[in-house]
Amino acid sequence: MKLLTHNMLTSKCMKVVTVGYPLGINASDVRVSEVDFNPDFVAKIIPKVDWNVLYNAAQSIGQLEGLPKDVVENYENDHEFLKKAHHALLEIDIINGELICPETGRKFPINNGIPNLLLNEDEV
Amino acid sequence: MNKPWKKYLLWFAQEHIEFRFEEIDSLLSMFQIKMRHFKEPDNTAPYWIVEFESESDLKRLVSRSVSIRSCMELWAHAKDIQSLHCQLQNFPKQLMEPYFQPHLSFKIEVETFCRHFSQKEKINKLESFSYLPVQGPVKLKDPDVCLHYIEYYGTRANDPPENPYDVFFGRWIANGLRQLIRKLSLKTRKFIGNTSMDPQLSLLMANQAQVKDGDIVLDPFVGSGSLLVAAAEFGGFVLGGDIDYLMLHARTRPSRIKQKERAADESIKANMEQYNLQHKYLDVLINDFASSFWRDDVEFDSIITDPPYGIREATERVGTSKENFTVSEKHLPTHIPAKIEYGISSIYNDLLKFAAKHLRLGGRLVCWFPVFREDYSEAVNKS
Repeated sequence: MKLLTHNMLTSKCMKVVTVGYPLGINASDVRVSEVDFNPDFVAKIIPKVDWNVLYNAAQSIGQLEGLPKDVVENYENDHEFLKKAHHALLEIDIINGELICPETGRKFPINNGIPNLLLNEDEV
Repeated sequence: MNKPWKKYLLWFAQEHIEFRFEEIDSLLSMFQIKMRHFKEPDNTAPYWIVEFESESDLKRLVSRSVSIRSCMELWAHAKDIQSLHCQLQNFPKQLMEPYFQPHLSFKIEVETFCRHFSQKEKINKLESFSYLPVQGPVKLKDPDVCLHYIEYYGTRANDPPENPYDVFFGRWIANGLRQLIRKLSLKTRKFIGNTSMDPQLSLLMANQAQVKDGDIVLDPFVGSGSLLVAAAEFGGFVLGGDIDYLMLHARTRPSRIKQKERAADESIKANMEQYNLQHKYLDVLINDFASSFWRDDVEFDSIITDPPYGIREATERVGTSKENFTVSEKHLPTHIPAKIEYGISSIYNDLLKFAAKHLRLGGRLVCWFPVFREDYSEAVNKS
């Protein structure tokens, strides 16, 4: 699971959860693999990304790699910045681990890169 | 002053005819191209005679179309062969000349639709064009200019008429994306399921959804990810969700008759790698569509999906009919959630609500909706 996807997920649909965001990450196996750099795409999604959440997520799994703490001004034309954002959003892949609901502590396992977000029948 | 509109012939594959209009309409509006029908199209015939303001507009359309086989600049069109030659002989020389320069190689392609002719007969047809003022050398492979002659004998293959209904002559311009259908064939795809969507239909859906480079596309009932392959092929970054754990981990029983076990590395991601689209793959999630995990303000550019109908794939969501049911601490680690019926009307209701919330303005939801043809009317859709 990529950090871009993590940025888009909440456990809010659970019965007792109100915000459910951001989900915590426990990563036991993280793989970094090169993905073709598409600066237009990265520039397009940056406004949709909760940067703080991305930064904290990358930090929590030890993958900051010089990611700036804030989105820089005029980021569309800042090649260096887009490259770092690209790396954090698309190249870091959590292969095994778990996502954790910030309110209930409910854990969602990630196996083979695929998070299992199925709830039990008493949680929906 | 506006340039004069030119007349072109679009030649379609005679397959999934109903989708032709939807596909072309979607592409025209996506590229903001204007096209006029020169003649009202006949639903049964494989061609449209249309007009464009510029050849580049036509090329853009054809470069994305799956239903178009080829297109040409129409130089002559008649109801019989004699009149076609007459027309062609009267075709303004200055419009032909740019293509008949001594340094330009050429060939004439003869095609007969719905009636078979021997090679010799075809060569005779070809030689009937000997009056054309061509100067360059003939080249059969990759010529600079390709001229197309088509005789159309209707669509009843076992009972063709003696003479063609229509004959066309023109300059070939481009082919559509028919070759993509073969490239994405399920026969050679690494990971497929029992209900994997046919590549041609998947590509048509991606075109109807107007997927563009850099779009984010979601299939919430992703299965083996066929629709994602098509969306990624057109530049979409793809996401999927499915309630079926075994499917997403490719641990269901193999779908190929001769395959005993699934290979260890089968997955949607592996399919993307097979087609060199791995950089378009974002993620797939095991997720019950009825309990969405997407952040409220997440926006997708399009949603393309084939929901389960409860016939070949079960319509289920997580739930129980037992009151006050809880999973005991002891069983929690290995508990597999029970599922209840997720009625087809609830699925579509939820899908429409989800799309209203998560599609960007102007983004499209493209999905299948099962009907019994006998009972179907447009009014059913509205209810």
